[in-house]
Amino acid sequence: MGNDPSYTNQKFKVIGSRVQRPDGVDKVTGRARYGADYNAPGQLVGLFLRSPHAHARILKISTSRAEKLSGVKAIITSADLPDLTNGDNAARDILENCMARGRALYDGHAVAAVAAVDEQTAKKALKLIKVTYEVLPHVTDVDEAMKPEAPVIHEDMYTAGIEPRPTKPSNLYNVAEFGHGDVEAGFAEADLIVEKSYKTEQTHQGYIEPHACVASVNPDGTGELWVTTQGHFTYRSVCASLLGMDIAKLKVTSSEIGGGFGGKTHVWIEPITLALSRKANRPVKAVMSREEVFRASGPTSSTSIDIKIGAKKDGTVTAAFAALRYQGGAFRGAIPGMPWAMIGAMTSFACYNLANVKSVGYDVVVNRPKVAAYRAPSAPMIAFAVESTMDMVAKELGMDPVDFRIRNAAREGTRACYGPVYGPIGIGATLEAVKNHPHMRARLKKNQGRGMACGFWFNFGGQTCTDLNIATDGSVTLTVGTIDVGGSRASLSLIAAEELGIPYEQVKAHIADTGSLGHNDTTEGSRGTFSSGMAAIFAARQAIGVLRERAAIMWNIPVEDVAWEAGSAKAIGSKHRKLKPLSLAEIAAASPTTGGPIAGHNESVPDNAGVSFASHICDVEVDPETGGTRVIRYTVVQDAGKAIHPTYVEGQMQGGAAQGIGWALNEEYIYGEDGRLQNPGFLDYRIPVCSDLPFIDTQILEIPNPNHPYGVRGVGETSIVPPLAAIGNAISNAVGVRMNHVPMSPPRILKALEQLDAT
Amino acid sequence: MSAVLVSTTINDDAVQFACPPEESLLSVLRNRLGLIGAKEGCSTGDCGACSVTLDGRLVCSCLVLGVEAQGREIATIEGMAVDGKLHPLQENFIDHAALQCGICTPGFLMAARVLLERNPDPTESEIRYALAGNLCRCTGYDKIVHAVQASAKEMRKLDKKKSPRKKA
Amino acid sequence: MRYEAPATTREAAALLESEPGGAFVLAGGTDLLVRMKLGHIEPGLVVDIKRIPAMKAISHSASGSRIGAAVSGAELGEHKGIAKAWPGVVEATNLIGSDQIQSRCTMVGNLCNASPAADSVPAMIAAGAKVVVVSPRRRRTVPIEKIVTGPGKTSLAKGEVIEAVILPARAARSADAYLRFTPRTEMDIAVVSVGVNLTLERGRVKSARVVLGAVAPTAILVPAAARAIVGTRLDDEALDKLAAACSAACNPIDDKRGTIEYRTKVAGVLARRAAKIAFKRAGGA
Repeated sequence: MGNDPSYTNQKFKVIGSRVQRPDGVDKVTGRARYGADYNAPGQLVGLFLRSPHAHARILKISTSRAEKLSGVKAIITSADLPDLTNGDNAARDILENCMARGRALYDGHAVAAVAAVDEQTAKKALKLIKVTYEVLPHVTDVDEAMKPEAPVIHEDMYTAGIEPRPTKPSNLYNVAEFGHGDVEAGFAEADLIVEKSYKTEQTHQGYIEPHACVASVNPDGTGELWVTTQGHFTYRSVCASLLGMDIAKLKVTSSEIGGGFGGKTHVWIEPITLALSRKANRPVKAVMSREEVFRASGPTSSTSIDIKIGAKKDGTVTAAFAALRYQGGAFRGAIPGMPWAMIGAMTSFACYNLANVKSVGYDVVVNRPKVAAYRAPSAPMIAFAVESTMDMVAKELGMDPVDFRIRNAAREGTRACYGPVYGPIGIGATLEAVKNHPHMRARLKKNQGRGMACGFWFNFGGQTCTDLNIATDGSVTLTVGTIDVGGSRASLSLIAAEELGIPYEQVKAHIADTGSLGHNDTTEGSRGTFSSGMAAIFAARQAIGVLRERAAIMWNIPVEDVAWEAGSAKAIGSKHRKLKPLSLAEIAAASPTTGGPIAGHNESVPDNAGVSFASHICDVEVDPETGGTRVIRYTVVQDAGKAIHPTYVEGQMQGGAAQGIGWALNEEYIYGEDGRLQNPGFLDYRIPVCSDLPFIDTQILEIPNPNHPYGVRGVGETSIVPPLAAIGNAISNAVGVRMNHVPMSPPRILKALEQLDAT
Repeated sequence: MSAVLVSTTINDDAVQFACPPEESLLSVLRNRLGLIGAKEGCSTGDCGACSVTLDGRLVCSCLVLGVEAQGREIATIEGMAVDGKLHPLQENFIDHAALQCGICTPGFLMAARVLLERNPDPTESEIRYALAGNLCRCTGYDKIVHAVQASAKEMRKLDKKKSPRKKA
Repeated sequence: MRYEAPATTREAAALLESEPGGAFVLAGGTDLLVRMKLGHIEPGLVVDIKRIPAMKAISHSASGSRIGAAVSGAELGEHKGIAKAWPGVVEATNLIGSDQIQSRCTMVGNLCNASPAADSVPAMIAAGAKVVVVSPRRRRTVPIEKIVTGPGKTSLAKGEVIEAVILPARAARSADAYLRFTPRTEMDIAVVSVGVNLTLERGRVKSARVVLGAVAPTAILVPAAARAIVGTRLDDEALDKLAAACSAACNPIDDKRGTIEYRTKVAGVLARRAAKIAFKRAGGA
């Protein structure tokens, strides 16, 4: 008991049951309120003017005509936003991304913003703002950006992570190396070596709800922000610091979130909307258009990757090497000290037990929007490259690809390619489950093929703060500060109910605003249910301590003689035999006269969220005359640690797989020669529609995380990692072409088939 | 740019509103009538989050002008539960976890309702194509299709109860 | 912007003619409202034609069919007689967008939007369809292929509005088919498309019209493709010639939806498939 996070292998009463989510009725009746569903009295409409150029010097912004337009209440440019970031590069990047400072760095970069009485007036005002640009040479491709002749985007960017420090600035801003053993020796030992290079195009999280907020700043320096976000505490601190506000004076309330997948972990329009409100002294509502969402928020890196894997005839991998080149848009990575290619390099060979391994991440800037996290950020691309190459090695060895992976799978005690030594992990178990899955034995027809691939994600704990309050009727309010992106209010209520020994229906979970709880890290890294769940356990246990004390008062016995069992206080010892157990509701009813409200609280930094592994199986059918590819069957096998709410765990596995399928086959940012994004809409940025997908079968494995009382691991992200490679491998098995460029779109597949015919 | 007065019927209630002629029905519903259940995901008819019915036909309300509603009948998600009782589709969406973030859910429910009114026993493929105009990024559609299948089954049973088979 | 919903076609034409600013016809609005929303156009006047009875009517008889300009894709698809006579035209129209779009979109809107990738247009041209063009002073009948002159451009003069599509009488032993390629199964724009309409005589193709979409600035009628199959039983050699003629007729661009190479190749592939479907529908074996 107490705050010991160790796994206890307890028997559960409500954990694992498939209860209804508390936000369900609101969401099926249209009552749930998302970012754009809130209005403040007297609010203005905020709109943004964005650069049409990929790279341009801003010589002049003339706002005078717009300012004179009746109904225009405020105009903001970077001149209104002094740099308060004090040498903090990450913060300065955020500031500059929110509003261009002297240069537009990508197509869609905000250069000015307007607040006006209505949308029509705001639109007119945008047209009246005259921006004089000097167009500069641009580069949008990651490989091109690394060439010596490429235009240098930041004159003050010198590559970090290499010695000696370069004397010239470049677009390569960081090099990071991971691994152990002697890779050269390992390759020398190999009977066979496969080398292959890959490219993956940029994709967007594609949440259906655009970024939206309502900001209100008062002349006294206090402010409020209603916003769709994955982390309202983070938004609060970032916005406050950029605008020179006291953190505690800005209250951020999170709306229901209409999808985020990492894209709502970063601020975009919010600081500027606050600035507009401050200048206009009126509330301002800003909602991005879909085009703005694509041009100026979100996307993940496009990449270029080289893989080299050596193996012995018996199937043992003797050495593995990866070079990863990821672009982060026009700025350094979003997580300070953890740029995108570095994260990718860390995950590269995490599924395997390797004596000699090395991966090098090269982080590059280009003239594209600032890259944001996207579900297991950086992992799907490198997994595509590694897992495709693993299949090629297996094929050359004449080994079954599953057996080949099982032979080399990481296990407890394996030193991961990124350093740590694993505890109990699930990669081997997911592979065995794949091997034994009926899907693997199903018949395939002509032009159909089956592929499989593995994936890894770290998972994350982080800062958490939770309250649990018991009302006098015995109902329980669980107040958490982690945004519910996929049903965590149900999972956390289950956890509180389990601890207290009461029915799930007696608990109501809320997401508090930033004025009501201490800081909570953003819902990212699959941390929501892990970390807030841990805090809910500890808060409940603290409340149980109070409940026991109150029962002791009611009985007038020492608290040491009171135990908590199955939702009731029980007096222990033969001398208390006559005392009938007191239920939680009875103790709560008496609370006004036994010491007041009963509550539990916890603030902590749960660590060791438990690494997660998945193996996926995929069948595709390829039309060899058009290159059109359809996924006809799909199975996800994943280790969830302990599934608190199995249906919602399945939902995460299916959703991640579907995003991966879209990424694999059709989704991509297409830039023209002019550096402009050509497909900023759902018509030409093709996320899968319902008729594109089959049912996605799931198999949850439960290998307990030793560092959580219930064994919980993060589950939300891993399932997006394997699909790219699983589909590439399936295509290869269907029609014999090895695709090395994602998306594996019809033109690319048809071209590969023609080249195959030609040889 | 003067506003036009429009008389229409929304969820069986007579409604009047005034809007400029270029304003979309979606904007009228959300910003003038407080019916926020229809969502704006794209405003170009590509995501289906703003789906409502217009004279019984499923439409993207972002691609209808408010003034076109004159004399027509509109149904929105707000009218789907009747007398406090959820529609079987609404029940099943909750039961089958057919929603995660929920932003697309009103649109899916409207589309699924129109489908089942026209085709009480659709195949999986018919369901998937009928819902292809509604984007969901959370679920991979798996549990949505299951929820629609379960609803269809339930509604067919209810229908049989309501109208017992006539003797041939 | 003004909004008008006249009761007759002539009134509509007169309104369009007299508007000094940009005047646009609103049928289903599935293209018009998108262009307004994206700021591509700022109409001074929008004329809603859905309250004009002649525009909402469908008539169908042995001598041909008349489909009002405001008839939606869904309404057309529900008309059993036309679907039976012109399956290719109806399928093509029903491929435009989702069910939501089908409730609103129209063949004439699809035509007048003048996209090279419009789904219904190749099928209508293959069918030999015509449109009734009405101006305040006259009414004329124009073949479909004369309407679109380039991407986003039509031959309609100011004050002219299309009232209906006329499909000819369906000859015996004839049928049509339309196929398009899209990366997704739905909600997509044709990367390449083909409409084929043919008539058989004693088991051989007597006459044919083959039309390609999305491979040139407008949908193109390819007489050489028709010649490749006329007189044949659609044997492999004829199909090869058909495919080659279609690929040869392509004059596409590289864009976000497809490459020149891809469109050229797949035009031939789809032409074969569409021809086979039409042949079978016409009773060929």
